[in-house]
Amino acid sequence: MSQQDRAFRDLSTFVRPGKSGTDAMDLAVGGIKCAGCMTAIENGLSREPGVVSARVNLASKRVTIEWMRGRNSPDRLIDRLDELGFAAHPFSPRKVETAEAREEKRLLLCLGVAAFAAMNIMLLSVSVWSGNASDITPETRDFFHWLSALIALPTAAYAGRPFFESALRAIRSGAVNMDVPITLGIMLALGMSVVETLQHAEHAYFDSAVMLIFFLLIGRYLDSAVRRRTRDVAGNLAALRADTATRVAADGSLVDVPVEAIDPGDVVLASPGQRIAVDGLVIAGTSDIDQSLITGETRHVPVKAGDPVYAGTLNIGGQLRIRVTKAESGTLLAEIERLLTGAIEGRAKYVRLADRAARLYAPVVHATALITFIGWLLAGMAWKPALLIAITVLIITCPCALALAIPAVQVVATQALFRRSILLYAPDALERLAEVDTVVFDKTGTLTLPKASLANAGDIPPDVLQRAGSLAMGSRHPLAVAVADAAGRPPVAAGIHEIAGAGVEVQIGGERVRFGSLAFCGAEQDGATVAAQFPDASLIAFRQGGLVQVFAVEQSLRPDAAATVAALKAAGLQTLIISGDRQEAVARAAARLGISDFSGDMKPAEKIAILERLKADGRKVLMVGDGLNDAPALAAAHVSLSPVTAVHLAQAAADGVFLGEGLAPVHAAVRTARVARKVMGQNLWLAVIYNIVAVPLAIAGYVTPLIAALAMSGSSILVTLNALSARR
Amino acid sequence: MNILVILVPLALLLGLGGLAAFVWSLHGKQFEDLEGAGWRALSDDDIRPNG
Repeated sequence: MSQQDRAFRDLSTFVRPGKSGTDAMDLAVGGIKCAGCMTAIENGLSREPGVVSARVNLASKRVTIEWMRGRNSPDRLIDRLDELGFAAHPFSPRKVETAEAREEKRLLLCLGVAAFAAMNIMLLSVSVWSGNASDITPETRDFFHWLSALIALPTAAYAGRPFFESALRAIRSGAVNMDVPITLGIMLALGMSVVETLQHAEHAYFDSAVMLIFFLLIGRYLDSAVRRRTRDVAGNLAALRADTATRVAADGSLVDVPVEAIDPGDVVLASPGQRIAVDGLVIAGTSDIDQSLITGETRHVPVKAGDPVYAGTLNIGGQLRIRVTKAESGTLLAEIERLLTGAIEGRAKYVRLADRAARLYAPVVHATALITFIGWLLAGMAWKPALLIAITVLIITCPCALALAIPAVQVVATQALFRRSILLYAPDALERLAEVDTVVFDKTGTLTLPKASLANAGDIPPDVLQRAGSLAMGSRHPLAVAVADAAGRPPVAAGIHEIAGAGVEVQIGGERVRFGSLAFCGAEQDGATVAAQFPDASLIAFRQGGLVQVFAVEQSLRPDAAATVAALKAAGLQTLIISGDRQEAVARAAARLGISDFSGDMKPAEKIAILERLKADGRKVLMVGDGLNDAPALAAAHVSLSPVTAVHLAQAAADGVFLGEGLAPVHAAVRTARVARKVMGQNLWLAVIYNIVAVPLAIAGYVTPLIAALAMSGSSILVTLNALSARR
Repeated sequence: MNILVILVPLALLLGLGGLAAFVWSLHGKQFEDLEGAGWRALSDDDIRPNG
């Protein structure tokens, strides 16, 4: 990036003042892949003047820089990273993210405490078990039991809090989740063990209670670690999009500021080729606007002073001054926001598999314990031993395996998706994704690549393309950029000058060479022939003397779009296209992809109407879209994905994003989710089988702490190992 | 069995020592970047010619 064409960047909002005269800043850095990148960045930055420390976090792909205040500037450090070959953007962690990091740390601390306690209590328990089989004295056993209690009770009070708090929340809201039977099991195991120890009994279940906490915390921690990593990467992506706007200050100077720092009433500048970052009214300048991200329409819209423009649209023609406004009622944006609110409210609260299992499981287990108690009483047993057996039933059924069964799979599957460039934000998205039977695509930017490319490259002589390319390099018009890219970005022609609204011109050996609109190059006739051949394309021409060449630029389909659609069909999914673009354009794309069901000219409300109709037919729809006009539909669908190039609002409404040029992640997401769902089912069955074996033993009164310990750890390890098969 | 008076507290103390070390390393941000930490161990950049 050259230094001249950039306004001064105001990054002060991202700088944290530190202790003893230092400033610090977090940067999201693109392209950190390995340890080599890590050392290159750290060494490169450390050599900068005033830098106290620079530390890369390889897991979250971020770097924290600390420097002596006044001896360096954020701007300069970012430029230095740019020189080192890494795109960096300042970053202020969002509140959710900080809260989640704190929660993860707390879980890790709890896990450490539980691990310590479990090890030490197991040491004592093994002594008691072997002593019981040989010659332990009652005094020694009591001493060991009391020692266990001394470790177990504070441990449970500390490390068990994540479960107790969640169970309490569930009960307060009148629901039952998995943490309710867990809490009950832990409490009863500890309570009974204390009573038993007081009565010098042979058995105490302190080890069971603590081991339960330990195993369950492992599941919780893994779950939160994966979620945080997803969020980190998503946050980096958002930061690296570098949504800045150029604000025109009162004195006419230009300052680049983050979009969040722009207020209504500010005036911002939009240069040709730039994405407009705000909603507002044009106050000066004329231009053409590409609204494809907003409406799906690929044709450009002319704007002049007084016309509204929307964030996410691309400015093509000339420079615009825009006064920032809030979304006003009656505008397209307000309409979309209204629909979006409705769709989010309308999204039925999805009940996750784990909660469904818990709803079924808790009453059954508690009823079994109660029946056991009553049964033994009726059989003539005294109430105390009967109660003891009933509590043993609760301890042995305490859903260790059940509580691990689903999180373990989720962790493995999320990581598998991660490797295939898919980030799921919503925790229940995986389960919803597995149920999908219909995939609805948006066309523009989803099935097609977000960037335009040259469609008739095969018909153009290479030397003409080269010459046109060297002229095209002189313009920032998207059509020109596409031609320049196709020509391999040749060096820009010398002496070039731009004629606003028409094209670029250069004198070569007394000959006038032009590149620009058809009228500018006098290429209307050739243009008509090319337009007939490429009806969806935008045309741009090149003229040198008598030589005329017309270039057709269009948004081409993603390279693997047809293969992905075919794979989805083979997987038994119905595919549809619902687009805001013209019907004919949609029809042609659908024909090339082999999709027979498509509708064009769709407004956001009509998109939702189609989704509602599909829902009424009992279909579970996966919506894939990127535009502002897709956002309500993304929120209304059963589950939704966005390409990473999508507008903010669409990404926020979707359950996840996929990266890269290809469409294959959509298929991979469905496939992985289905595998994960299958493994979750298997794991639940494993847990049920474990209970079918263990519960009769407990009811009969044969379960000792040793058997409980073996059964619990055995079943937990079994479901965790089985979860690994979701990696495929 | 008198040896228990020494061995049991000793075992507990060792365990507590481990726990304390874990808590210390957690607060020292050693668990922030598990991926990078693995690579840093292999890096020779901290070896300076003059120590």
